[in-house]
Amino acid sequence: MSDDIAPIITTRKDEATGFLQNMISKGLGWARKYSLFTYPYATACCGMEYMSVAAGRYDISRFGAEFPRFSPRQADLLLVVGTINLKQAPILKRVFEQMAEPKWVIAFGVCASSGGFYDNYAVLQGIDRIIPVDVYIPGCPPRPEQVLDGLMLLQDKIQNQRHYLGNKQPIPERPGYRDLAAK
Amino acid sequence: MSTFALDQIQAQLPQALVERYKDRAGEAWGVIAREHIVEVAKLLKEKLGFRLFISMDAVDRLHLPPEEQDPRFEVVYFLKNIERNEHARLKVRVNEDQDIPTIAKVFQGADWAERFVWDFYGVVFAGGQKRRILMYEEFIGHPLRKDYPLRGRQNLIPERPIQDIFRGPGTNGVQD
Repeated sequence: MSDDIAPIITTRKDEATGFLQNMISKGLGWARKYSLFTYPYATACCGMEYMSVAAGRYDISRFGAEFPRFSPRQADLLLVVGTINLKQAPILKRVFEQMAEPKWVIAFGVCASSGGFYDNYAVLQGIDRIIPVDVYIPGCPPRPEQVLDGLMLLQDKIQNQRHYLGNKQPIPERPGYRDLAAK
Repeated sequence: MSTFALDQIQAQLPQALVERYKDRAGEAWGVIAREHIVEVAKLLKEKLGFRLFISMDAVDRLHLPPEEQDPRFEVVYFLKNIERNEHARLKVRVNEDQDIPTIAKVFQGADWAERFVWDFYGVVFAGGQKRRILMYEEFIGHPLRKDYPLRGRQNLIPERPIQDIFRGPGTNGVQD
């Protein structure tokens, strides 16, 4: 994973730190992908399917996303479950902004992904117009197996991200809601 | 189907009833002149026992043949008499520049319904609240009118300041 940034000529020290950094990154990725605290932002019928995913038969906790936290401050995975209309969009934006980094977003179902068949005056045509999305799960509503598949995709993504230890990165710039609203 | 309510209106307030007919399901409908709707509502509620306000809606007739487009809107009222188990079905026809006296003084529940009709059709109720009930304040136009563009999209709105939530020292509602 670090091939893209490795210099062509390396010293023994670079090699050693690169190796260490790699191991730490993998370890952190492994730890993070199995300890996702989800914030289910359930607004519509997809919420039923979320309940099914979280309950005993499909059991999302087998994949490490055990705890639904009902405070965005304690969560690092935002599950946007259901239709988001234009009146609700600022609230969703606020919830996303309240989550602490690192954070990921899953658009659960077609309404959250693209507006679905609500192609009308009241509905936000996909939450990616206001917040960044990592995984889109299609379906109206998606089967629990699809959701678990989407979660595993996100886990792969988290595992393959480059995690830094003791390296203060600037907080990633995200477009402010007011910038988007001004457009 | 029973025509009790309309018969009584015709007997007691003949000037209010413009037209009466039966629809294809056999239900009786009465078209009321808009300036008499409050009297009719009072008569139905206080003398005839139609005490339950069921619902209210509007129809935009812009898609109908030209002779039916004037007046443009039909506002539809449903009342119910629980003792007799009967409905009263009333209509008021108005154009865009006309308003209807509010019946919220007679049926308090009609307040939200009138706000709904104003929100989605733009029919004004004189003496009622002109405030949106489902759409947001910044929304432009009335979305269930037939001339509202089908793919009409409006701008995203910023978050509204909420005065009764304390968000920390030095803040007042939403921070910029």
